Amino acid sequence: MSPLLAAFLKVAGALGFGLNTAAFLAWVERKQSAVIQDRIGANRASIFGWRLLGLFHILADPIKVMAKEDFEPPHALRPWHALAPAISLGFSLLCLAAFPFADGLTPLPMSAGVVFVLAMLSLGVHGVVMAGYSSGSNYSLLGGLRGAAQMISYEVSMLVSLAGALFIYGSLDLSEAARWQATHASWGVPAWGIFLQPLGFILFLTAGAAETKRIPFDLPEGESEIIGYFTEYSGMKFVMFMMNDFIESVVISALAVTLYLGAWHVPGLSLLGLPPIAAAAAGAAAFTLKVMAVLWLLMQLRWTLPRFRFDQLMHLGWKNLLPLSLLNLFVTVWAVYLLQ
Amino acid sequence: MIPAALESHPVRPVPRPSMGLRERVYLIEVWNGLRITSRHFFVNLWRHLRRALGFSGPPGAVTIQYPESPAMLGRRARTRHRLLKREDGTPRCVACMMCETVCPAKCIHIVAEESPVTIIEKRAKSFDIDLGLCVFCGYCVEACPVDAIRMDTGQVEMSTFSREDMVWHMDELMGDRPKKIGGN
Repeated sequence: MSPLLAAFLKVAGALGFGLNTAAFLAWVERKQSAVIQDRIGANRASIFGWRLLGLFHILADPIKVMAKEDFEPPHALRPWHALAPAISLGFSLLCLAAFPFADGLTPLPMSAGVVFVLAMLSLGVHGVVMAGYSSGSNYSLLGGLRGAAQMISYEVSMLVSLAGALFIYGSLDLSEAARWQATHASWGVPAWGIFLQPLGFILFLTAGAAETKRIPFDLPEGESEIIGYFTEYSGMKFVMFMMNDFIESVVISALAVTLYLGAWHVPGLSLLGLPPIAAAAAGAAAFTLKVMAVLWLLMQLRWTLPRFRFDQLMHLGWKNLLPLSLLNLFVTVWAVYLLQ
Repeated sequence: MIPAALESHPVRPVPRPSMGLRERVYLIEVWNGLRITSRHFFVNLWRHLRRALGFSGPPGAVTIQYPESPAMLGRRARTRHRLLKREDGTPRCVACMMCETVCPAKCIHIVAEESPVTIIEKRAKSFDIDLGLCVFCGYCVEACPVDAIRMDTGQVEMSTFSREDMVWHMDELMGDRPKKIGGN
């Protein structure tokens, strides 16, 4: 296989994984909330009378959205207003390049994959702030500022809580972290990060949920009441912001799976004997299933918890998450030092 | 110190429930919340699955799929009007104008004429109800002295594409002729 074709396949695979999972999440969100709340959920879109549990709404919604007017407010800052959703979405999609979907199947292998993912997630905030600032609306500007404040507060704790796990693996490379977890099983228990860093996992998942800007941390958006940074967006641009939340959920889940749930590793199942293609497929399937499980948990949290107040959000971020993640890091560092 | 103006209207202080350690840690409460939503999720999923496979059991959702399955109306629900007949087949209405007078939406229009039967003074020549104006208050039913009008047909789907078609005429209200849509 020529390297160009291989690179193309990898990029298409990673992008397809992110975009399709995000579209699927739009359906999952409707159906999961419906099942939780004893409802049925959207089930009317049909093709030749086939409804397929409402899955065709995934197709029907974009058609509706693309037919909508792409309104740009006259007082908006012209190029930036159009650029903001692209920046948000583009940087979230870039994150997917660093994940080891299977052993040796990373779209863009790099020695500092965690730093890359966190950097891209941070750059995504620029889209939020840019949307708020360029809309020329005070509500949007306030939403963008809330978004920036929230992202900064939670990214600090997220990095520190990840640092504990990274210290154990001794590498910033996501594939190395996955390989470490796959090879260090002891007493029949896989050496997954969730067993070594239970507190770190909870802290990371909390900070990650805040990073996705979804309920209970949806203060930058607050569609129904408080009006967020994408107030002045309509049509496909608005949907890009919405999809961005889903793709960020996928990225956070993928990060949690890679660093805490053993990535492509299935305990008790060695993939060494398989031919490379089959091993890669099995690893990718395991990875996808784990991502789906974490997404289910995030979605369940979203339909369980009410939204935080802004002072509660800051309180949780700076006074609870950050000290706890620092404590987690120090305990981890001492434990690793003493055990060596 | 309570202001003098409030002395005569004493204020009842409502104490806020204070949060214990369990609530302040929050993670335990999150876990409890997740337990509730997950129980609903898995129980409903199991019920949906069981019914999809053809077994009987409680439904997984309380939703009524309205156009396919009929709407459930209460026994006292006020629905589309009907006019009743006497035993000999003539309309009960004596054109007393009580319903037209009491109607708050002014949607009933009666034209009276002399009745051929001597013991009955008047009868309705035409009796129109504009359902586009009707607010379904049921006052006409209460006002009627001869029980000529009732709102118990159970029919709630009456929408048409023109205002003229929303008007129901006497024979249609009595059930002699099905509602004609488009012109009289």
